[in-house]
Amino acid sequence: MSGTRLSLAKGLNAGLRRAMEKDPKVVLMGEDVGKLGGVFRITEGLQKDFGDHRVMDTPLAESGIVGAAVGLALRGYRPVVEIQFDGFVYPAFDQIVSQVAKMHARSLGHLKLPLVIRIPCGGGIGAVEHHSESNEAYFAHTAGLRVVTCSNAADGYWMMQQAIESDDPVIFFEPKRRYHERGETEIDEGGTPELGLYDARVVREGSDATLLCYGPMVKTCLQAAEAAAEEGRNLEVVDLRTLSPLDLPTIMESVKKTRRAVIVHEAQTFVGMGAEIAARIQEECFYHLEAPVLRVGGYNIPYPPSRFEEEFLPTLDRVLDAVDRSLAH
Amino acid sequence: MSDNEVAGHARSRMEGAFQPSPESGPTPPSQIYGHFSDENPEMVQFVDADGNRLDTNETNAPYAQIVEEMTSEDARIIYRDLVLVRRIDAEGFALQRQGELGLWPSLLGQEAAQVGAGRALRDHDYAFPGYREHGVAWCRGVPPENLLGMFRGVNHGGWDSNENNFHLYTIVIGNQMLHAVGYAMGIAADGDMGTGDPDRDAAVMAFTGDGGTSQGDFNEALVFAAVTNAPTVFFVQNNQWAISEPNEKQFIIPPYQRARGFGFPGVLVDGNDPLATYAVAKDALDKARSGQGPTLIEAYTYRMGAHTTSDDPSKYRSSAEVEIWKEKDPIKRMRGFMAERNHADEEFFAAVDAEADEIAARVRKACQEMPDPELPTMFDHQYTEYHPLVEAEREEFLAYHAGFAEEGGQA
Ligand SMILES: Cc1ncc(C[n+]2csc(CCOP(=O)(O)OP(=O)(O)O)c2C)c(N)n1
Repeated sequence: MSGTRLSLAKGLNAGLRRAMEKDPKVVLMGEDVGKLGGVFRITEGLQKDFGDHRVMDTPLAESGIVGAAVGLALRGYRPVVEIQFDGFVYPAFDQIVSQVAKMHARSLGHLKLPLVIRIPCGGGIGAVEHHSESNEAYFAHTAGLRVVTCSNAADGYWMMQQAIESDDPVIFFEPKRRYHERGETEIDEGGTPELGLYDARVVREGSDATLLCYGPMVKTCLQAAEAAAEEGRNLEVVDLRTLSPLDLPTIMESVKKTRRAVIVHEAQTFVGMGAEIAARIQEECFYHLEAPVLRVGGYNIPYPPSRFEEEFLPTLDRVLDAVDRSLAH
Repeated sequence: MSDNEVAGHARSRMEGAFQPSPESGPTPPSQIYGHFSDENPEMVQFVDADGNRLDTNETNAPYAQIVEEMTSEDARIIYRDLVLVRRIDAEGFALQRQGELGLWPSLLGQEAAQVGAGRALRDHDYAFPGYREHGVAWCRGVPPENLLGMFRGVNHGGWDSNENNFHLYTIVIGNQMLHAVGYAMGIAADGDMGTGDPDRDAAVMAFTGDGGTSQGDFNEALVFAAVTNAPTVFFVQNNQWAISEPNEKQFIIPPYQRARGFGFPGVLVDGNDPLATYAVAKDALDKARSGQGPTLIEAYTYRMGAHTTSDDPSKYRSSAEVEIWKEKDPIKRMRGFMAERNHADEEFFAAVDAEADEIAARVRKACQEMPDPELPTMFDHQYTEYHPLVEAEREEFLAYHAGFAEEGGQA
């Protein structure tokens, strides 16, 4: 598979496969992850190759899935659980914030919880309600968790393996509307990851303003940057990749260079990731800024019926509009 | 007061509350209470309230052999546990009253349930407690001092669960039931079940209260254990009260009967009878270890004290009810049984009392001398690997405190 162009879904699948090959303690569990390969087919073929004791179809009970995974991790396994859709993680929220996040600290370091919770996230697929949410801020707000999100096949491949290798619990957001898009990137399976799991990446260099984004919005921001380039504007695009911890040095370096920052995410802006990032930039880059830090995101309403979602989700035009406002200062 | 009168109490507590009509609704609570009495033919018992050995009958027959095989030495071990555990608990209570602990959840009345279950566990079995399982902790060999840290507020538990295969206390009711099942799934996946090798086969015991049976996690745990055949024993201590709420606010069908609906057996055992709790727990653990699947044990008992030191039970229950349960005291019962069988002499009982005094003094001293944690350790162990935010905030915190030191104050 070396050098082939893959979809994000295939990159994730290859990453899971590789992790399972490397470590027999890695087990996958979730609803429909076995024969079906998950509703998004991310685990396709894995049960066939690794057996149903390593790729486990579970009862339809999210708290049960995460809670049982905690017990398996305490027994020495490295469970990777799939939550079917973002909107269905809430039944497991208690286990995640009360137990998963706190186990290592409350045991004074005696217990480790190498657990990965995969959550297909975000909208743009025309789904019914509860299938399109961006709930990353709840998890980033929870101390004890690490939260990451990928935006392309190569990151899906490498970040998945890195998350599984981590001894900390990792919430892994997968942008579902990008799952089946063909990747621009190539995976060199024999290689090594270019970045650490908690590193942001400058995906496009620029000098006039920085677009800070992650997951599904990376592609949107790259398109916006290309459109802006036609108007002679040179935008830098940073794929955050990690939401907790934030890679502040990479963010600050970019903002100090361009002196303008626009944060783009699908989640509602109110108390969202953008609020935290904006506050940090204000603390660290105050004298470098030419304009207020701006945010483009969802409105402060529950995710709307899908006929509205193009209005709710940040589009290329809304991003460019924010860039205009920033540059007007 | 007879048990019918206890049932009367139950009814009077329900006055004015919603009562399902017998024709259309579920079983009225007063009928459930019928399940819970010394006369309930489904309750496993081996000794009566005075310690007289009860005849073998249809209900206790499956466990009779286990009891018959218990030696005088076994009886002495259990008696000693009961007394020491009660004493450790009393010390915890006293330490709270003296301001040394912020809170203490007392196990008074539940010693037989916990010691029976605790002694039935083997070394490589694993126990997942709630927050009241001091007796199980004792049987696992967890130093009682270790239990005090979280109630003193110096840590959240902090002992190494793997030293005694006794997990940290869990405060969010029900969470631990799933951890137990997951751990048991791991045992099965490791092949440490059903090999016939007693040094290898292991099982997990998960503890919760009657109130805990209402939680989603409890019910999800039962589902997971059933469909995975995980070697799990669910041990429900029905002490009849979830803070102020009686059984009839938690369930219509008693927990032990509910197990069947999940696909495995449920057993009701007299939770104040240490021989019965031990036998039933041992039987269930043997089955789990040998691959015969989970069991739910409901130990019917009573919480003699307050829910915790912050609670005032006089607001919701009658002292007459407490008096009835005093008569069913597990230690009195065990001692009666031992006297009848000549299992120990007065010297033994005196030695146990003296040991209890020693342990109480040791626990008290350890509590009083327990150091406050060093300030920066608050930031320790939040993550296994470097985390820039935690490190930045630790530095900020240290710099802030160093500022006071420079001013000549105390850091
Ligand atoms: C999820 C949750 N809700 C509420 C509480 C507060 N609380 C602590 S103990 C308790 C009652 C528990 O009753 P039960 O399960 O019967 O156990 P017992 O205390 O009687 O041993 C409650 C409501 C809690 N700890 N966790």
